[in-house]
Amino acid sequence: MNRSVSSLGKDLIGLEYLSADQLRGILDTAEPFKEISERRIKKVPVLRGKTIVNLFMEPSTRTRISFEFAEKRLSADTVNIASTGSSVQKGETLVDTARNLEAMRIDMVVIRHWASGAARFLAERIPSNVVNAGDGAHEHPTQALLDILTLRDHLGKIEGLKVCIVGDILHSRVARSNIFGLLKLGAEVGVCGPKTLLPPALEEMGVRVFRRVEEAIEWSDALNVLRLQIERMQSSYVPSLREYNRVYGISSARLAAAKRDILVLHPGPMNRGVEIDSDVADGPHSVILKQVTNGVAVRMAVLYLLAGGVPESAEAAKHGEGS
Amino acid sequence: MSARPILIRGGRVVDPGQKLDRVLDLLLAEGNVVETGAKLAAPDDAEVIEADGLVVCPGLIDVHVHLREPGAERKETIASGARAAAAGGFTSICAMPNTDPVIDSPATVGFVAAAGARAQACRVYPVGAISIGQKGERLSEIGELVDAGAVAITDDGNPVMDSGLMRLALEYAQAFDIPVADHPEDLTLSRNGVMNEGVVSSRLGLKGKPNASEDVHIVRDLMLAEHTGGRIHLQHVSTAGGVDAIRRAKERGVRVTAEATPHHLVLTDEACEGYRTDAKMNPPLRTRADREAVREGLRDGTLDTLATDHAPHHYDEKEQAFDDAPFGIVGLETSLALVLTHMVGGGVIDLSTMIERMSCAPARAFNLPGGTLAPKSVADVTLFDPEAEWTVDPKAFVSKSGNTPFAGHTLRGMPRVTIVGGRVVWRSED
Repeated sequence: MNRSVSSLGKDLIGLEYLSADQLRGILDTAEPFKEISERRIKKVPVLRGKTIVNLFMEPSTRTRISFEFAEKRLSADTVNIASTGSSVQKGETLVDTARNLEAMRIDMVVIRHWASGAARFLAERIPSNVVNAGDGAHEHPTQALLDILTLRDHLGKIEGLKVCIVGDILHSRVARSNIFGLLKLGAEVGVCGPKTLLPPALEEMGVRVFRRVEEAIEWSDALNVLRLQIERMQSSYVPSLREYNRVYGISSARLAAAKRDILVLHPGPMNRGVEIDSDVADGPHSVILKQVTNGVAVRMAVLYLLAGGVPESAEAAKHGEGS
Repeated sequence: MSARPILIRGGRVVDPGQKLDRVLDLLLAEGNVVETGAKLAAPDDAEVIEADGLVVCPGLIDVHVHLREPGAERKETIASGARAAAAGGFTSICAMPNTDPVIDSPATVGFVAAAGARAQACRVYPVGAISIGQKGERLSEIGELVDAGAVAITDDGNPVMDSGLMRLALEYAQAFDIPVADHPEDLTLSRNGVMNEGVVSSRLGLKGKPNASEDVHIVRDLMLAEHTGGRIHLQHVSTAGGVDAIRRAKERGVRVTAEATPHHLVLTDEACEGYRTDAKMNPPLRTRADREAVREGLRDGTLDTLATDHAPHHYDEKEQAFDDAPFGIVGLETSLALVLTHMVGGGVIDLSTMIERMSCAPARAFNLPGGTLAPKSVADVTLFDPEAEWTVDPKAFVSKSGNTPFAGHTLRGMPRVTIVGGRVVWRSED
């Protein structure tokens, strides 16, 4: 496999930079990979001999573990670097960290970073494939891909769907990736949240803005409910968590008032009783754990494609055929 | 050690103060302008500069530069900045006080003035801090700073958020007839913004500084200047709302002068796409509508002064994630060509207005010698070729830093000879 021929280009930085065909290619590639995680022996030789560095400059449990499972189940060799206790904490710059990793001859870097643009910054400076696992408030492409795959699994299509993202859009990389990806695939996208947590000019990006969550629920086929960071309250973006729950929280009573069945997604980790009530999280509308399962398959697909694989050969690749 | 007389022969002499725009000769002697006229005779010992095809104008003045010394000499020194200015056609520059230590004492003001004189390039005028340490708490000893050579005061970089202190500064400074320069930014509104707040920041996921953070502060400063009768100089105006407020204040007779920068005249926030840190500056590059308003302000004189906000940074500081990179770009060596190419070439202003904004008005705003070629005025003269095309190459800069978003841009207009006090301090090689 040769990284120069990847159907995604060298890196996965964001869904804004991919075409609808490339997005569908990832989703289609994820399908055959889903089955690997259901086996007794969860390992295929797709990425045997590849060295992948998981560079996490910001705390993350779910995304890091999901990537690690995806890498290990594809037989890649992985190294994890976290910001605490590493040279990063000793003041090493991102560019120096990258060059040092590169000097050890790696194949891919999965990066999570607090700064928007960090993944692209890295990708422009090293020849390895770079996968963005979340950069600041910019993009979290694999999260949006797994959200979209889950929507497709349950609703059969993306085109024409009405999906509303609820919560702190301003600080959310998940929101941006979902907006870019869903719009490219022909969905309609709405957002709903306190005006203090909405970035400006969303309408110019083709997004519909709902003032009240009741209106959003009435419009939507699916809700993607974002986590409200506690810090937002300390800096007065919202007055209190209780009030946030009262005005924007997704409750079963609010869902019951909807005209149709609504799918509820949440990228996690949830604040139960804040942005989402427990009876919704654990109830029939929720596909939250399905998202988590799909996350591993989507990440396998991304790694496989960046390593030069093509969607049509994914099934064969699982058996160690072709390259 | 008086310099030889200089006769500049056959250039297009443009001097807005004398309403002059003709092919003439210009004679300089003993540090001053002797006269302009047709076919002047060269004194016996004179150096003759043939200026055929060149514009000859009062030396360009930049009232807003950061020279980084003392404290950050790897970015720039007073000497390297003064040489970069001379190479850019500037005969005078005003050094901002946000160094380490801050220029808030007679000793530090004296240091800047002395280092500037030693550089033997352009004139370097120190600007003192409004408040001690630029902390916005207590006024610095403004009278002593002026005695030591400060031509203005500012807390540029740390805007004065305390309106009461700003009022006192505007009142107190009147005894010395110096302008109080302000970087208009309400920090509670701009919070931790790193670029303009708008659709581009929304897409990039970067924290924005809204126009209102600048507008609110500009309006406050104008009100305080009006109330106190003080002289306010508003730095690097970037918003349509700011331009409008200044225009109306000028109509009311408020004593206000205001800057436009080449980058706000030429670029928009789209230059930040791709997280280009060389497009990260404060105030940020804004929208097309703002850029149009800044251009109109430059045209009608609302923004009377063109200033670069020359802000050198070491390359590895800009080689970071956008959030982490410092604000600012260098400007001294691209300013003239950017204005010639985009403002004069683009039909926004004519050549005479350009010289008014880049020489005459800044001299008036900061009470500096120069800004005119009238007989007996200082022999600060800039000669430039308005047609010469060149491509911006930061590696070729005289400045120690090359952080510019204009790298690779082809521009028209090149400084040829810079004369300060009757001495040639810089001459282009080709």
